[in-house]
Amino acid sequence: MTLEAQQLSTDKMVLNFGPSHPATHGTLRILMELDGERITAVTPEIGYLHSGFEKLGEHLDYNQYITITDRMNYLSPLCNNVAYALAVERLLDLEVPKRAQYIRVLMCEFSRIADHLLCIGMQAVDVGAFTAFLYGFRMREKIYDLFELVCGSRLTTSYTRVGGMMRDMTDESISLALRLLDEIPGSLDEIDKLLSHNRIWLDRTRGVTPISPDQAISYGLTGPLARAAGVEYDIREKEPYSSYADFDFDVIIGKEGDVYDRYMVRLYECWESLKICRQVIEKMPEGPVNIDSDSKAILPPMDEVFNSIEGLIYHFEVTMENRGFEPAVGDSYVPTESPNGELGFYIVSDGRREPYRVRTRTPSLINYSIFQEVMPGNMISDTVAVLGSMNIIAGELDR
Amino acid sequence: MGMSDSGKAEWLTTRVDNLANWARKNSLWPMPFGTACCGIELMSVLASRHDLARFGAEAIRFSPRQSDLLLVAGRISIKMMPVLTRIYEQMPEPKWIISMGACASTGGVFNTYSVIQGIDQFLPVDVYLPGCPPRPEAIIDGLIKIQQIISEDSLSHYKVDESSEAVAP
Amino acid sequence: MLPADQIRTVMHDQFQAGFLEVTEFRGMTTIHVKGKIVLETLRMLKSDPRFACNFLADLTAVDHLEKGGHARFSVVYHLLNQHDGLRIVLQAWVDEELPVLDSANELWRTADWQEREVYDLFGIRFTGHPDLRRILNPDDFKYHPLRKDYPLEGRGERSDFPVVARTVGSKWSDRGRTFE
Repeated sequence: MTLEAQQLSTDKMVLNFGPSHPATHGTLRILMELDGERITAVTPEIGYLHSGFEKLGEHLDYNQYITITDRMNYLSPLCNNVAYALAVERLLDLEVPKRAQYIRVLMCEFSRIADHLLCIGMQAVDVGAFTAFLYGFRMREKIYDLFELVCGSRLTTSYTRVGGMMRDMTDESISLALRLLDEIPGSLDEIDKLLSHNRIWLDRTRGVTPISPDQAISYGLTGPLARAAGVEYDIREKEPYSSYADFDFDVIIGKEGDVYDRYMVRLYECWESLKICRQVIEKMPEGPVNIDSDSKAILPPMDEVFNSIEGLIYHFEVTMENRGFEPAVGDSYVPTESPNGELGFYIVSDGRREPYRVRTRTPSLINYSIFQEVMPGNMISDTVAVLGSMNIIAGELDR
Repeated sequence: MGMSDSGKAEWLTTRVDNLANWARKNSLWPMPFGTACCGIELMSVLASRHDLARFGAEAIRFSPRQSDLLLVAGRISIKMMPVLTRIYEQMPEPKWIISMGACASTGGVFNTYSVIQGIDQFLPVDVYLPGCPPRPEAIIDGLIKIQQIISEDSLSHYKVDESSEAVAP
Repeated sequence: MLPADQIRTVMHDQFQAGFLEVTEFRGMTTIHVKGKIVLETLRMLKSDPRFACNFLADLTAVDHLEKGGHARFSVVYHLLNQHDGLRIVLQAWVDEELPVLDSANELWRTADWQEREVYDLFGIRFTGHPDLRRILNPDDFKYHPLRKDYPLEGRGERSDFPVVARTVGSKWSDRGRTFE
C-alpha cells in the first residue's frame, strides 16, 4: 500500500437501505456499514408491516381466520389456506375426503409455480434483467386466471374451509389446468434460456453468499434456501400431508448454497411441480370435497341452508355462540412445505369457538435471519441479488 | 405563445391551464408505496397484460422527489406511518395520492393495534380504490379518476402560502 | 423417537424437580418443564442420540392468563429430528413476576430473532441473548401486545400521528375548502 493510500480517510460509512426501496418488494430496512463499496456489517430492521395477525386470530373463529391467512404470503395464498386448514383439522380430528386433498395439492403446486416465477422474475429485475420478469408474469397472469375460475379471486383466494373446500373444481377449471400444464413449460424454457447461461447473470449470482449445510440448519433455514445449501429436507417427502405420498417427484438439491443455486432450485422445482400437477389430475378421484355436514364441524352447503330447515339449523348451530360447536382443548401443529419453506400454524384451543392462540411459523422471518451472517464481505450491489434470492415476503415476515 | 404581448391575463391563464393539465395528466410519474398484497396487484398492472403505459403512467419512480402521484398500496403499520408522511412531504407540488385497497383506506380486515385505520386520517387522499386487493382494472379506473381531477385543476390554485412550512428539499 | 412413557422416565431421571409432565395430543408429544432447566433440556434433546433433534423449527410463547396452566407463560420450542422426520415439542413455563429464561442462541442461531420476537410480543426476557430488543413493534412501543390483557385495538397507538394538511391542490377534490 502506498503512502497516499494509507493517508486517505478510511472511516466507515453507514448506509440506510429502505424501508421504501424498489428492491425490497415490500418493507424492509437494512442498515449497512460500508468500507468503500464493501459491506462490513448489516443490521436488518423489520416490523414495518407488522399487522397483528396473531392477535387478530384470537378474536376470529376458525373459518373466519382463513381469509386472514391469504394476506400473509400474498405470492402463494393458497398454501397458507391449506396449512391453516390442516392445522385446524388436526385439532378437530377431521379427515377431509380424498378429492379435497388432491385439489389442495393441485392448487398448492400451481401456487408454488406462480410464486417461483415471480421470485425469479423479481430477482432478475433487481439485477437488471427486465425481460425475465415480463415472461414470468405473463404465465403468472394465466395461473391467476385459473385461481379466479376456481375460487373467484385472483390473489386473496380463501379457497379452503375447515373440513373441506369452498367449492369443487369444475370440468372447465380442470381443462384450464391441463392447458396451463402445456403452456408453463414454454415459459420456464424461456426463462431458462434467458438466464441460466447468461454471462451477466452468472457473474452477478455465482459464488455470492454461499451457505453451508451446518449454517443452514443452525439458522433454521427451510425450503429452497436450505435445499440449495445441500440440506436434503422436503416436508412433502419426509412428513407427507394431504396425500403427497401418492405422488412421485424428486427433491431438488443444490450444492453451493449461493444465489445461483437458489435460482436453479426454484426453477427446477417448477418442473417437479408440473409433474405433481399432472399426476394429480390423472388420479383425481370423484366424490365430495367436504366432510359430512352432520359432523357439526363445518358449514353446510349453501343450497341446503337456503332450501331446507335442517340445513338452516346446522348452519345456525355452527355459526352461533354456545350452540354445540366445541373444539377439543389442546394444541396442534402441522408443518407444510410452502414455496419459501416450512409453513405451519401452531393452534392452541381452550374449547371456545375462537382459537386461544394462533402462531404462524413463517419461513420468511426465519430465513431472513441469516442475512446478517452472510452479507459482510460482499459488495453493496450484491444486496439486491441476495434479497431477491431469499424471496422475503413482508406480510409473512412481520405478520 | 405571445403571453406577454396580449395582456389579457384571464384568457391566457385558461389556455395555460389546459396545456399544463394536459401535460400533467398524461405523464403521471407514480411513486409506488407498495407494502403488501396490493403491491403485487400493482405489479400486475405494470406487467404486460394490463400495461399501465397505455395511460402514460408507466414511468415508475422510486424517489419521491421525481414523482407526482403517491400510490399507497397495502396496509400501513404504526412503524411505517412516519415514513409515509416523510415521503409525502418530500414530493414536489403538485401531487396526488391514491389510497389503494381496503387496508390503506380504512384498515380493512386488520382492526388491530398496529394498523393505521385509514391513511386519510393523516394525509390528504384524492382517490380511494375499494377491494382487497382491487383488480387491475380498478387501478386503471383510479388512475383515470386522478386524470379527471387534474383536468379540472387550475394553476391559480397553486398560490403557495408563505406562512406554511416549506416542502422538504 | 421414544414413546411418551419412556420420555417421561428419561426426563424424570435426568431432571427430577424441573420436569413437570409429558402430554400427548393428536400425535404430538409435548414435554413440559420449569423455565429454569430449559437450556439443559434443549441441550439434552439435541445431543442425546435417542432424540437427536438437530433442528429448532419454531420458538414461540403462549400467555395462559385465561386458560390456566403451570404458570402464566409457556415458551414453546418445536424441535425436529431431520434424519427421521420426527417432531417433539418442549414447553418451558415461566411466571409473570420473573419472566426470564436462558437463551437457546448458543445451540441454534435461529433462536436469535425468534427470542427477540417473543420478547417484543410477550415481554419474556432471555439471559445470554446477544441483542435483546424489540423486533416487530417500534422501539418506543410501551406494551407487549400478545399478552391477553392488551386489547386488540391497542391503547391509542394507531391514531397518534401528526396530520399533514393539503397546502395547495385541485378544485375538484377540495370542493368547499379555501386555498389561503
